Amino acid sequence: MSKQDLNQPQVTQPAPVAGRSQSKIGDAIFKGVAMAAAIAVIGVVVVLAIELFQGSSISLTTFGPSFFSTTTWDPVHNIFGALPFIYGTLVTSAIALVIGVPISIGVALFLSEIMKERRQVADYLGSVVELLAAVPSVVFGLWALFILSPMVRDYIEKPLKTYLGFLPTFQGTPFGLDFLTAGIILSIMIIPTVSAISREVLRSVPNSQREALIALGATKWEMVRHSVLPYARSGLFGAVILGLGRAVGETMAVTMVIGNSPSITASLLHPGYTLASVIANEFTEATSPLYVSALVEIGLTLFFVALAINIIARLLVWRITRFSKVRT
Amino acid sequence: MEAKQHSNVSRRKIVNRIAIGAIFAAVVLAIIPLFLILAEVIIKGAPEMNLDFLTKLPTPVNVSGGGVVNAIEGSFVMVGFASLISLPVGIGAGIFLSEWGEMRFASFASFVNDVLAEFPSIVIGIFVYVIIVLTTHTFSALAGGLALSIIMMPIIARTTEESLKLVPRSLREASMALGVSRWRTITRVVLSTGRGGLITGVLLSIARAAGETAPLLLTALGSTLALTSLFQPTAALPLLIYTYGISPFRDWQDKAWGASLVLVLVVLVLNLSVKAVTRAKFITVVE
Amino acid sequence: MTMTVTELGEMQGVEQTRREMPPIAGQSKLEVRGLLAYFDKTQALKGINLKIPERKITAIIGPSGCGKSTLLRTMNRMHELTPRARVEGEILLDGQNIYDPSMDAVRIRQRIGMVFQKPNPFPTMSVYDNVAAGLKLNGVRDRKRLDETVERSLKMSFLWEEMKDRLKESGARLSGGQQQRLCIARALAVEPEVILMDEPCSALDPNATQKIEEMMVQLENEYTIVIVTHNMQQAARVADYTAFMYLGELIEFDETEVMFENPKKELTERYITGKFG
Repeated sequence: MSKQDLNQPQVTQPAPVAGRSQSKIGDAIFKGVAMAAAIAVIGVVVVLAIELFQGSSISLTTFGPSFFSTTTWDPVHNIFGALPFIYGTLVTSAIALVIGVPISIGVALFLSEIMKERRQVADYLGSVVELLAAVPSVVFGLWALFILSPMVRDYIEKPLKTYLGFLPTFQGTPFGLDFLTAGIILSIMIIPTVSAISREVLRSVPNSQREALIALGATKWEMVRHSVLPYARSGLFGAVILGLGRAVGETMAVTMVIGNSPSITASLLHPGYTLASVIANEFTEATSPLYVSALVEIGLTLFFVALAINIIARLLVWRITRFSKVRT
Repeated sequence: MEAKQHSNVSRRKIVNRIAIGAIFAAVVLAIIPLFLILAEVIIKGAPEMNLDFLTKLPTPVNVSGGGVVNAIEGSFVMVGFASLISLPVGIGAGIFLSEWGEMRFASFASFVNDVLAEFPSIVIGIFVYVIIVLTTHTFSALAGGLALSIIMMPIIARTTEESLKLVPRSLREASMALGVSRWRTITRVVLSTGRGGLITGVLLSIARAAGETAPLLLTALGSTLALTSLFQPTAALPLLIYTYGISPFRDWQDKAWGASLVLVLVVLVLNLSVKAVTRAKFITVVE
Repeated sequence: MTMTVTELGEMQGVEQTRREMPPIAGQSKLEVRGLLAYFDKTQALKGINLKIPERKITAIIGPSGCGKSTLLRTMNRMHELTPRARVEGEILLDGQNIYDPSMDAVRIRQRIGMVFQKPNPFPTMSVYDNVAAGLKLNGVRDRKRLDETVERSLKMSFLWEEMKDRLKESGARLSGGQQQRLCIARALAVEPEVILMDEPCSALDPNATQKIEEMMVQLENEYTIVIVTHNMQQAARVADYTAFMYLGELIEFDETEVMFENPKKELTERYITGKFG
């Protein structure tokens, strides 16, 4: 109760009295200007979509749907197939989710359930985790290139190769610039997003749901496992999907460590390429109109993937956080 | 049966301990990278810091000395230009979304705005490349600034919307009841009450734009020359970190760390001042 | 005159006659001794002494903010889950202090079940799974035993006839009254000895309320029930004993009939006759 009051700023000055005669015109103009700004935002998205379609028209007509199912990316002979990039994006995002999601939900559970009694400490810790999101992606890339990549190579990839080398996923030469390193840096980068949204989702779970299970004689973990997590599952799923959106769109850090070579291999210790990184790496060097157009079509693909991911995620997160007003 | 239940409870308590231990471990794992990155940026970047670094133009490979002043200037100019566009549009859109939020169109606009905020920034780079770089036939600070403005706009609009929605309805009604027109109520009462949130949004969007690299790659391109015109390829700190970082030259790589330190400092200062602004807001409210 | 005698009796702390001290027929199941409860620095309970008789219904009444819900939540150690809340004093369950460091809150809550003000079934679980939730926590996997317990619990909460063909439905799709009876069945399935009810009917219509009251009277033969209610008629209808609380203190405790017809304290009388609260 009192916390809510704190959030409500209070009147600090008396409202000025204005001339009434112009007020109607003033109101109309003001509303028009504000609305125009909102329309501008929508306009950007619409024009963006149109331009991406137009920019990729040569590629769209040349390759048709096979653009997404062929694997040759050969600028010299003007043959472009995007499958290796789609594959690379899927593999790196999957690694990011497999590593990043458990950690993020762990952080969210810590902040919302374990530190429940100390909301201030929890918020402080939460903002430390979220500070990670403030670090520019190119700095992540630089760090990943010089520090993380050798560490991954020596302490993760070499042991994996030694002990699990019989698996197709861990064959090849551990080099440090590959799917695995790209996936790991992505997993770090999605933690702030996924944990922050998950924390809000978990905090919107009504306390009565927790007490119901505790009163049956549940331990804290059982309460989380059987009451909190099931109740929050769709919202958490939304948080994960938004994390996926971040991973799919992330460009610089991935470009700097994935090795930038279009390939589809089962091995995670092999250099790859993603949708975003091929644009970053080749766009300004693209010479032929078809080459540029193919890259724009990859951008168009990213546009639609991002759109779909956001729509799904928002519907899922809203369903739980918007309609349950319960907040401690 | 009693005995069986008891052994079950102790097993459950062990599971509980393990699970809570795992949750603690997750927190540690989540926080470690931040400190590793910051430590590395400071350790490798600090030796590069000197007056020349911040005031001189880059030197060719293996020529010692030189700095990154053109990149600092480029970043400054492009973020400034982006702010000029995105501030009025973003705040205007935010006002509309908050004050006329009951309109169906507003909730649609709010949704589109959220989606735009989450778009991969490289896609925005392509967009600006197609509409500006192709038509003006040159990479430029103008194109870079425009790309950054599209990134900043939805962030400003969203934080404006959220902070204005926190302003109590009664305040608006009190003002309107005095015969104050709606637009004056919004500009004088609502905006001034919600300005803490507005400043937060602006600072956050500047921090985000300052660190953006991917869209600049396709619009500003980067340069080793001094900035003399808005219509030429332009350097920026993040671009320089990228090109120097992936270069094979030790000297450039060191400069990339130095530039990272500058960029991280700017971004962190902006983020921490957001915290200060929001805290200050709460304090004034309490008093 | 009566008042002074009573106060004298309380001061000496001896049971002089049935009149002076709370008249408990049979054994006391729960005994609250010198209980103090705090929220941060605010004192919510200021030294409560109370004996809850076994296999009876005891109602706790009093105006809002008097600490009745807090008292109830201290009885199965739910109070300590509230941020910055703490408890001093003792509560004896069959003579054992539940706040003793050697006692385990999880086990205590298995023995002392609770029903909340707002029905809170688990929306992601079916009716069946809601009732079986507590047993499953205890590692009961035996299908037959689960089936039996679910059926018995639902019968005790008068829900079996309505639910026997809808066991797979989500618990959230029932009506408010059904949800609350489901929550009672869920608490019963763990086979507790005591059931605490925190204003269980405040969110329900008169019809649903009546069903729950009937159920309580049936359950009385097997369980010790403590119910917090703001509804004095409800206390009068169902409770064998009633405790009246005011501002964190227990003002009076007696057989319900005695309390309502012949309250010993003026404060109680004023509350019961609706002069405040």
